[in-house]
Amino acid sequence: MNPERSTGFLDTLKASACIHCGLCLASCPTYVETGDENLSPRGRIYLMRAMDKGVIPTTQKSARAIDSCLGCRACEAVCPSGVHYGQLLEETREHLNRSVQRGWKETLLTKVFVEGILAHPERMEIALTPARWIKQAGLERFVPAALREPLSFVDKTRPNEQSLPALSHTTRAPKLGTVALVAGCVMDVMFRETHRSTIRLLLAAGYDVVVPQGQGCCGALFSHNGNMAEARRCAIKNLAAFNVSNLEAVVINAAGCGSTLKDYGPLLAQDPQWAPSARAFSIKTRDLSEMLEPESIDWRPSRFRKVTYQDACHLAHAQRITLAPRNLVKRVAGDAYVEMPESDLCCGSAGSYNLTQPEMAGRLRRRKTGNILSTNTEVVVTSNPGCLLQMRAGLQAAKNSTTQVLHIADFLAAHLPVETGI
Amino acid sequence: MNLDVNHENSTNPALLADLHRILGTHQILSDPLDLLVYECDAYTLEKKVPSVVVLPNSTLEVAEIVRCCKKHQVAFIPRGAGTNLSGAILPIENAVIISLSRMNKVLQVDIENRRALVEAGCVNIWITHAVRSAGLLYAPDPSSQTACTIGGNVATNSGGPHTLKYGVTTNHVLGFEIVLPEGEVIWLGATMEGGEDTGGLDLRGAAIGCEGMFGIVTRVLVNLIPAPQSWRTLLGVFSSVDDASQAVSDIIASGIVPAALEMMDQLITQAVEAAYKFGFPLNAGALLIVELDGLEADLENQAVEVERLCLANHANEVRRARTDKQRADLWKCRKRAFGAIGRLSPNFLTQDGVVPRSKLPEIMRFIQQTSAKYGLRIPNVFHAGDGNIHPLILYNETHAEEVDRAVKAGNEILDRCLELGGSVSGEHGIGVEKAGFMEKQFSKADIEAMKSLRRIFDPEQRCNPRKMFPNGKRCMDFAPRRQISV
Repeated sequence: MNPERSTGFLDTLKASACIHCGLCLASCPTYVETGDENLSPRGRIYLMRAMDKGVIPTTQKSARAIDSCLGCRACEAVCPSGVHYGQLLEETREHLNRSVQRGWKETLLTKVFVEGILAHPERMEIALTPARWIKQAGLERFVPAALREPLSFVDKTRPNEQSLPALSHTTRAPKLGTVALVAGCVMDVMFRETHRSTIRLLLAAGYDVVVPQGQGCCGALFSHNGNMAEARRCAIKNLAAFNVSNLEAVVINAAGCGSTLKDYGPLLAQDPQWAPSARAFSIKTRDLSEMLEPESIDWRPSRFRKVTYQDACHLAHAQRITLAPRNLVKRVAGDAYVEMPESDLCCGSAGSYNLTQPEMAGRLRRRKTGNILSTNTEVVVTSNPGCLLQMRAGLQAAKNSTTQVLHIADFLAAHLPVETGI
Repeated sequence: MNLDVNHENSTNPALLADLHRILGTHQILSDPLDLLVYECDAYTLEKKVPSVVVLPNSTLEVAEIVRCCKKHQVAFIPRGAGTNLSGAILPIENAVIISLSRMNKVLQVDIENRRALVEAGCVNIWITHAVRSAGLLYAPDPSSQTACTIGGNVATNSGGPHTLKYGVTTNHVLGFEIVLPEGEVIWLGATMEGGEDTGGLDLRGAAIGCEGMFGIVTRVLVNLIPAPQSWRTLLGVFSSVDDASQAVSDIIASGIVPAALEMMDQLITQAVEAAYKFGFPLNAGALLIVELDGLEADLENQAVEVERLCLANHANEVRRARTDKQRADLWKCRKRAFGAIGRLSPNFLTQDGVVPRSKLPEIMRFIQQTSAKYGLRIPNVFHAGDGNIHPLILYNETHAEEVDRAVKAGNEILDRCLELGGSVSGEHGIGVEKAGFMEKQFSKADIEAMKSLRRIFDPEQRCNPRKMFPNGKRCMDFAPRRQISV
């Protein structure tokens, strides 16, 4: 009856795994915030299926529920039926991209800013130069509102721009093997110091570390928006850059990228040329916290009064890794470690979500900030750059200047026994 | 059939205008696109799109909404997390859904008197999270406790695996605030400041389990119990359901009161193992989970006795959870067993019959016969300790004739429960699903008495109508006619 009613974009078998039990509801940040079933995982799957079957049309209006999803995948971790929610979400977003005409602002944000600049380290370097001028000249107020917040994360001056060493040798014996570091896109430009910390930790653990040339964005910035074709191109670029057969592991220190890298297998399953190496790559991918044994390093005692840990969604929910980073932080922090209420609830950063859905991102950020402050902690440790910036911004907005938010690599490296300069 | 999104909502415009006077824009859902997801709860066999959904933030707002419904003479239906399995919150035409999902806070905790005041939309497990550091917990633990709300627990008098020892919702709810269908706000039972016994008729007790027909519960005062000092969790592996059932009877007869006594048959064990990889033996005919808790001093003796009784009933082996993690994993498997069914079948119909414990082997044999008769697989996971069975009838809703067989199989099992001296619902409630059985279980006079009690609270019968009591006109859409959820 209606040309917009299109069908058949979901993997039917995976979509029908949802039995509508509702056990996911209380894990979903947008549902907990709004109480609206449309903004819950069960509700969203119901709407995806309805769109898929043509029961409801695919329009800007019916996309509301899907657009508002953080993609944090907390629902997947609690789903008794094992529904692959993340995959259903990507399939639906791809369908929306094909079928729904978006406004120019949204297009500018996702296509130009996120996919066009953030995902390309070299372009981001270029974009950062005028951004630094703006900050140095104090002209932030002339920048469009949506970009003001990302701008606040840019340092006025260029940090240590020395590139990462292509190969670093461990001095520890016996050597455990060679690992490759995924430098990524945003991380490599804005968090290169965190990469140095990561390399130092891996060296201390007994690994030689290589940083392969020719790598780029893992593809997450595309796949989370449903741009699967571009995500596949990113994956292939990385597969060509990494020769995994000689590696003990491919190490990543950003949770969002980690879950995408671990999904290269399914992402390229239909690609006859790349499917085998994609599988091999995913099998070898490890989060940094999976590579470090808390007791194998002689940590210096921590001086911090109180330390807590915020689960990065794509580590805790997508990769189901919650204990490894906690055990490391606890080992270093000792009695200073405290758990934070709702540490497994998304902070609202969610990749580029804080740019495309600022209202909900802001609500979740305030909620997170409240939880951080309730612990009276000195340090919040986390495993993903987006979460880090989001929590810093939240604390800044709450006029708190005493709580630091640190990447787990930087937190741990600060407690390494001897300074290993790289 | 397609959802008609091109027509404006048919909600009475005057009602909508009044609701907008009470609530903010973001508290009202009236666009047909936003209403679709409210057409059912976890019972998906019957569906009906409501005309409007409201999301109040306070008791005051609930009362105003209810008065507004009174003014416009429309029905209203309370909704928590929508995890109900018997269609207890199925909308009817022109109904207003009052969702308590935003009223979800733990308001006050009184450690000294071991009680907490919570809003109706508070998730069951959040109460325990809030008091755990004080060594306390909220005892009733329905399998959906990580999502279901305390308001829904009060409405259905929910139980759970540990109710064998600790009792059900009514044993742990001291009092609550309820908005009556005329818009009046009253408190039934003990108050936050008052003592535990209130004297007079126990109207609190009468309203618990009313399936939302007496009014809308908005705040609840719950009792907290000290977390047990220690525990023993055992897993008995049996060749047959008969042997496991006899062990259940013998354990209870020995005078031991386990905290929980749960059984899983072979089919469900296989599904759960596929989902959670616990390490269950896949060839066992039945597994028995026995949990003992309390003071450490006495537990070991009880555990040895349970082991002896299992082995005396031909258990192949009896395992013990050695660590907190093993125990937590075991309970996760049990509590999420329903969900694991998604791996076996796109749809299932669960029944909630009760039989005297001694009749467990008989009803289990009957279920197996029913399964063969209708050609449908029926795994079982249930509260063996109190004879509360949960056969899960697997079907595919895209095959209309299979839906029909599933419904018939379920009905026959419930009929048999009644013949064996049991009941058609242990904890899921009657809802719309089992309303037809009420006349089989109760006499006309019994049902009339219940109805007249309900009329005292809700004379116009506008509060969650057409639930529980048999009713000639059940206006509903059956899933086969309206395929959306596959």
